Amino acid sequence: MSDFEIVVLWSDVLIWLLVVASVIGMLAVRRSPPLMAAWRRVGANKAGMASATVLLVFVLIGLLDSLHYRVALEGKPGERKQYAIEVLSVLDAIASPLRLNHEKTYSAPFATRLYAKENIDLPGGGMVRDYPRLRHGGRHLGENENGVGADVALRVTYAAGLAIALWLLLVVAVMRTVHGASWQKIWRGETRLAWHAILVTIGCLLLCALPLLALAPHYHVFGTDKVGQDVFYQILKSVRTALVIGLVTTLVMLPMAVLLGIVAGYFRGWVDDLIQYLYTVLNSIPGVLLIAAAVLMMQVVIDTHPEWFSTAAERADLRLLALCFILGITSWTGLCRLLRGETLKLRELDYIQAAQAFGVSSPRIILRHILPNLMHIVIIALVMDFSGLVLAEAVLSYVGIGVDPSMTSFGTMINNARMELGREPVVWWSLVAAFVAMFVLVLAANLFADAVREAFDPRAA
Amino acid sequence: MPHNRAMFAYLVRRLLYAIPILIGVNLITFALFFIVNTPDDMARMQLGVKRVTPEAIEKWKAERGYDKPLFVNSAASGMSTVTETIFFEKSVRMVVGDFGRADDGRDIAREIATRMGPSLAIALPTFVLGLFVTVSLALMLAFFRATALDFWGVVLCVAMMSISGLFYIIGGQYLIAKIWRLVPISGFGEGLDAWRFLILPVFIGVISGIGSSARWYRTIFLEEVGKDYVRTARAKGLPETVVFFRHILRNALIPILTGVVVVIPLLFMGSLLTESFFGIPGLGSYTIDAINAQDFAVVRSMVFIGSVLYIVGLILTDISYTLVDPRIRFS
Repeated sequence: MSDFEIVVLWSDVLIWLLVVASVIGMLAVRRSPPLMAAWRRVGANKAGMASATVLLVFVLIGLLDSLHYRVALEGKPGERKQYAIEVLSVLDAIASPLRLNHEKTYSAPFATRLYAKENIDLPGGGMVRDYPRLRHGGRHLGENENGVGADVALRVTYAAGLAIALWLLLVVAVMRTVHGASWQKIWRGETRLAWHAILVTIGCLLLCALPLLALAPHYHVFGTDKVGQDVFYQILKSVRTALVIGLVTTLVMLPMAVLLGIVAGYFRGWVDDLIQYLYTVLNSIPGVLLIAAAVLMMQVVIDTHPEWFSTAAERADLRLLALCFILGITSWTGLCRLLRGETLKLRELDYIQAAQAFGVSSPRIILRHILPNLMHIVIIALVMDFSGLVLAEAVLSYVGIGVDPSMTSFGTMINNARMELGREPVVWWSLVAAFVAMFVLVLAANLFADAVREAFDPRAA
Repeated sequence: MPHNRAMFAYLVRRLLYAIPILIGVNLITFALFFIVNTPDDMARMQLGVKRVTPEAIEKWKAERGYDKPLFVNSAASGMSTVTETIFFEKSVRMVVGDFGRADDGRDIAREIATRMGPSLAIALPTFVLGLFVTVSLALMLAFFRATALDFWGVVLCVAMMSISGLFYIIGGQYLIAKIWRLVPISGFGEGLDAWRFLILPVFIGVISGIGSSARWYRTIFLEEVGKDYVRTARAKGLPETVVFFRHILRNALIPILTGVVVVIPLLFMGSLLTESFFGIPGLGSYTIDAINAQDFAVVRSMVFIGSVLYIVGLILTDISYTLVDPRIRFS
């Protein structure tokens, strides 16, 4: 591997900041018994832990895709080093066979030949009109194109066997290391953490992932798109976009919603009136239209200042962040209203009245007595918003006000693929792959959100 | 009657409260469209950043009336110092329904008036049918609560709300219109003929809304089930069906109806996705076309109309509260 230069995109910074924040959050939770008890309830929830496992896989893919670098170009010695325009990530490096195995245009999943007929030169002169052989899909088979079925079956069997072996090792490891987790207890779900749900989910994931990984370098498992790029690779790249939209947006809106909500509820009077006025005005503008207007204006700013961005990746990245900011600004009002209402109730409680009578300063009361009692609302809102934002990204990209068209996301994939349903035979694979991947991510997020809400909401108990 | 007078005063107060909100919306849209980017920037963007002359920018601005000062026109005299400005001509005039012209030269107000019909033809049936279907489903789930039917119903709801709205539209259109050829793929007809075009978008709209709404209404029903008056009704010896349909349904309809009243005026705006996929000449597709063509005047007008309709919805919500729930006091 040649020399490289580390590239830090702004969204990478925010993502890793989120990782640090969640680690600090976890440490803080350990010191707070009620929060700890609530998270224990999440841990004991079967659906919650199964979905958390799936989400963790998505997060890992997203994190691998958030370490960026640029490869140095081959240059003469003594010259100043030049770096490639293309910004790559660690995920790109791991999946480089997928990234580099370009075909000419569409090809179906597991195909060995292109989707469209072309004129092919025969070795002995003359031409024939046929489906050309793919450059990469099933290349190792050579002339034996009918052997795809047998080859795939063999590889899947090996990979599945490996998956089962790995899974058994994992089960044994869990039984050895986790205190009080015997085979019977895991089986009956009597462990403190819902290990049976976690292990079953990991088993299913391994059974899906390993065969997929075993086949991906040799075939286009989900086919290729219009410019011949592997759809599986695009799916992997879309995960990061979805995560950034879902997580960074909440990070943006959270400080604003929490601060304004608490201040409005605590100080009442004209402060409350002002903040209420502010969020009623913002709320009055239908969300999509406000986003559309803001994104249009952002496009003008980006287009009239091309000198701000040194690479296309940087421009796409900044546009993604701007989208997160716009989504955050249009979506903080709901949480703010909830927090205001709850603070209004809390401030009348005896212990806060007593603190006020003792002359404790307002910021201190807010930090020590009010904020901790609002944490459950904040956490519930955080996890509830995620899935909605992932779904919104696809719709916004379709409308033309989403992420940069050059950035891979579920929305851009669907947008590019939907025109192809009119073709004969139908090009269905990219659309179906994007929808299924999005469905899995959103379903896992929804189930996890339910588990968290059940555990944290005092009304539900 | 004192009660009526109190209600009247309350409504007048709510109406007056709408005025500062409308002013706020107007200021935000103005800032977004004219201060974040100057008209020069917008001209440069639309004409192409590279090859653009100052004359072309001036011409672009003059065509749209963007060549005036923002707030104060010092070149004019008398009232004209205020009226001959971008703020007055583009923002204040919207209040009286003058939206100016789109980039293709058509009058935006007239365009909106003609496009409201098709939008409403899709949105209204979708809304009414959707409400009926989801409330019935939620009632069924709540009636059979804590059974296998309820459990799998909720699972189905969660799965359905995890599917992208785009999938319902693309999949439904492909399956029903293209493969089965039951209805035309897209388009719109006048008068009674329109039903052939409407049936599929309405059906898809209802289906795609089921997941989240039915689950939400089910929670509302279950909250009512736990209340004291329900126990009293059961203690009187009423059969469970009577308890459900006469007591629980009526009480749960208060939060459900007041929750949906706010979106009724917004039905005029149509749906962006449905209308653009099915080629319906309504306000939703008008907005999408404007966004893609970067027609700032149209987008600005739609933002304003949407906000006005939302505020109308808020006032209607207040009225419906007072009508439905006699316990509300006007303070």
